[in-house]
Order: sequence, then C-alpha cells, then structure tokens
Amino acid sequence: METLAIIGAFLTLAGSVFLLLGSIGLLRMPDCFNRIQAGTKASTLGTILSLTGFLLIMPGWWGKLLILIISVIITNPVSSHVLARASHYIKVPLTKATLINKYAEDEKYIPVEDLKNEKE
Amino acid sequence: MVNTILAIALGIMLLSIVISLIRFIKGPCYTDRVIAFDVMTISSLSIIAGIAFFSQRMIYLDIAMVYGILSFLGVLVVARYLEKGL
Repeated sequence: METLAIIGAFLTLAGSVFLLLGSIGLLRMPDCFNRIQAGTKASTLGTILSLTGFLLIMPGWWGKLLILIISVIITNPVSSHVLARASHYIKVPLTKATLINKYAEDEKYIPVEDLKNEKE
Repeated sequence: MVNTILAIALGIMLLSIVISLIRFIKGPCYTDRVIAFDVMTISSLSIIAGIAFFSQRMIYLDIAMVYGILSFLGVLVVARYLEKGL
C-alpha cells in the first residue's frame, strides 16, 4: 500500500510538471493557434496524470476521481477545437514564420462553372 | 514522503497558474485571454484535488467537478459569442 502511494505521488509530480510546461508554452509561443495547441494539450495530459496519482494515493475515492478524469478527457479537446474555430472565424493574424496556409488558398478558389463561362 | 512530494507538486501547479496569469494580462487578442483562463481553471482543478487530499474530505471533489463543468461552459459561451452565434 505504501509503495502504491509513493508511485501515485510521483505521478502527481509528473502531472504538475506537464502543467508548468503547458503554461510556459502559453507564454513563449508566437501565435494564437500555437498558444491554443500548447496550452490545451499539455494541460489535459497534466490533469489526467495528477488525478491518476491521487487515485493511486486514495483508492477509496475512485468514483468521483474517475468521473473527473473522464469529464476532463471529453471536455478539454472540445473547448480547444471550438476556440480554434472561433479564432479562425474572426481572422486572427498568423505569425510571420507561417509557411503553408491552406485556408488562404481556399479563399482564392474559383468555382469550375465560372471558368467555363469565361471560356465561352 | 508522500506529503512532501505532494506539497512540491501543488507548488508547481500554483506557479503554472501565476505564469498563465501573465499571458491573461498581456494577451494581444481575445482568444489568448480565453485560453489562459482555461489553463488557469484546469490547473486549479488539480489543486482542489490536492486540497481534498490534505484535508481528507471527499466532498471537495464535488467542487472540482462543478468547477470543471463551469470552465467548459464559460469557454464555449465566449467562443460562440466571438463567432456571432449568440
């Protein structure tokens, strides 16, 4: 039982390190979309790891901790995706180091029927 | 042993909240502030679980659950507002 608690404590420490890395990435990334990536992915993994550590430390609380872990797994990527969609919709500027932007190419796309009309 | 490691972990989580607070104040566009708010609430969800361990009360986990759901709904509402969907 004691070794299980120590393993859980180290898992919680690893999860907190992931949370710290996520917030440092939030501070250092150059672009809005990069910040969404860095913030949400790392904080999801960090929360899952730390809650799993608490589940190993206190096995009597497994019900509520499991509900918390599952709700974090479901809700956090959804909120990240909705934010990225909204920030693309309001045309947040990309960083200058961007090489490929498929959405800007799609906006210059001319439908095939217009090309046929021009030929005639 | 376990208490010491958990205290260090809670300190690191608190440091991550402080660092994302800098981005929350400084952020140039709207979504930076929203994503900084999201990271802050997710980190504080782990901190609430740690406080529940240190005070040995299981009822605090309910607070963490409600906090997570409220954070998700807040982000969703702000994103729909930015899309002019509301």
